[in-house]
Amino acid sequence: MTSIYGPVRDWATDFDHADPEYNANAPQVWAELRATCPIAHTDRYAGAWLPVTHEVVSQIAYDTEHFTSRSVLVTPFRPIIEAPIGVAPPISSDPPFHRDARRLLLPAFSPKVIDPWEKDVRELCRQLLRDMGDADVVDAAVQYAQHIPVNVIALMLGFPVEDADVFRGFVHTVLEGVNVELEQRMDTFVRLDEYIGKQVQDHIANPRDDLTSFLLGAEIYGQPLSPEHVRGTIILLLLAGIDTTWSAIGSSLLHLASHRSDRERLVAEPALIPTAIEEFLRAYAPVTMARLVKEDVEIGGCPMKVDEWVLLPFPAANVDPAAFDRADEVIIDRAENRHLAFGLGIHRCLGSNLARLEVRVAVEEFLAHFPDFELESGADDGGVEWSQGQIRGPRRLPVRINR
Amino acid sequence: MRVELDLQRCQGHNRCYALAPEIFDVDDYGSAILLNDGFVPAGLEDKATLAIANCPEFAISLADGPPESGLENTR
Repeated sequence: MTSIYGPVRDWATDFDHADPEYNANAPQVWAELRATCPIAHTDRYAGAWLPVTHEVVSQIAYDTEHFTSRSVLVTPFRPIIEAPIGVAPPISSDPPFHRDARRLLLPAFSPKVIDPWEKDVRELCRQLLRDMGDADVVDAAVQYAQHIPVNVIALMLGFPVEDADVFRGFVHTVLEGVNVELEQRMDTFVRLDEYIGKQVQDHIANPRDDLTSFLLGAEIYGQPLSPEHVRGTIILLLLAGIDTTWSAIGSSLLHLASHRSDRERLVAEPALIPTAIEEFLRAYAPVTMARLVKEDVEIGGCPMKVDEWVLLPFPAANVDPAAFDRADEVIIDRAENRHLAFGLGIHRCLGSNLARLEVRVAVEEFLAHFPDFELESGADDGGVEWSQGQIRGPRRLPVRINR
Repeated sequence: MRVELDLQRCQGHNRCYALAPEIFDVDDYGSAILLNDGFVPAGLEDKATLAIANCPEFAISLADGPPESGLENTR
């Protein structure tokens, strides 16, 4: 997908996070910016900033006074729906409303509620692996990683699992198609809205034990949630968990396909996998969030003006040598790991327990089924195709299975 | 060994509960709960250290003295 803005001329003054070159070369872009211009700016998207240090990313993540979450996806357009609720509560909400909207959802994603999903996730992974048969080359992103989160969230929302392709189509346009023409983008939102409307009607007619029925019965401040709130939260749950977890699974498998000794060690010591997953989440964090400037503020000497975007690249903060020892190395038994893959502060990823479960089980099962695999071409970037936009991960990952 | 938890900082990442469930529990909203007033059972010092070192919000720390509440019980 080509950008309406054309190729990037200079990453410090004309960056475009949706340029295909960005995600493909992100670690180099961040390292270069950290050394020369740690808070980059672009006039694209009607003005956006890109801090790449742990210090500034954290500072802005915690600062709800000068920055609003009313939109967290950088596009050329500013959101129509105002703070504090935003288009997809609670990710798009600001205090104090944010806390109450989030509190509604927290129990459904707490560890003790998420842990029992492990059996279903594991069975799903095993089925996907069986479906690959005895092929010599498989695409670990297309045939495996992408299917796992989409199936789990469909089950949680009570949406038809057969619609997985439909969800992925929405996700692709909403998250990756950020620098296309407005009409093209709006068309997807209309279809997404219709789709969710249909599912909501079905749940009103036939209530059941799932998150959609829960939202339809939930109250905030003694009143049922507004239809916009229900729809916005469904959009959030549907979109936020899919690309992100798919990317984290894909990046973990990409690392293992290209680092033989790490792969062999995890096959021999599966108990180390949870620790290794935390390191993969640090080194290949998929999610960059965003804020809009709410009040003019100077950060790190940069004058951030009302309604400018600020990207929060947690993946860049995670590889900042000022915050992490041997930051550019992947150390699968790293003991101290305060990574920010799921953000910091009040907007900590609601689904982090589910994401961790899915990534861990996906890697455990892949390694158990295919203990020996490598990138198909043998080259470092052979055949790997990266996503575009704020969610970074491999979208094509051909690996050769050695038997 | 005793650990302290700053609930103003805790955002429910649940790393402590995952790494040291003998020392931390978690409530229905995912916020950490300190078990046993933060006193670390003998032999689990390494787990306590891991929990401290893996909290992204720096919400857990080593305690200097006895807990502020329940002083009488600890002397």
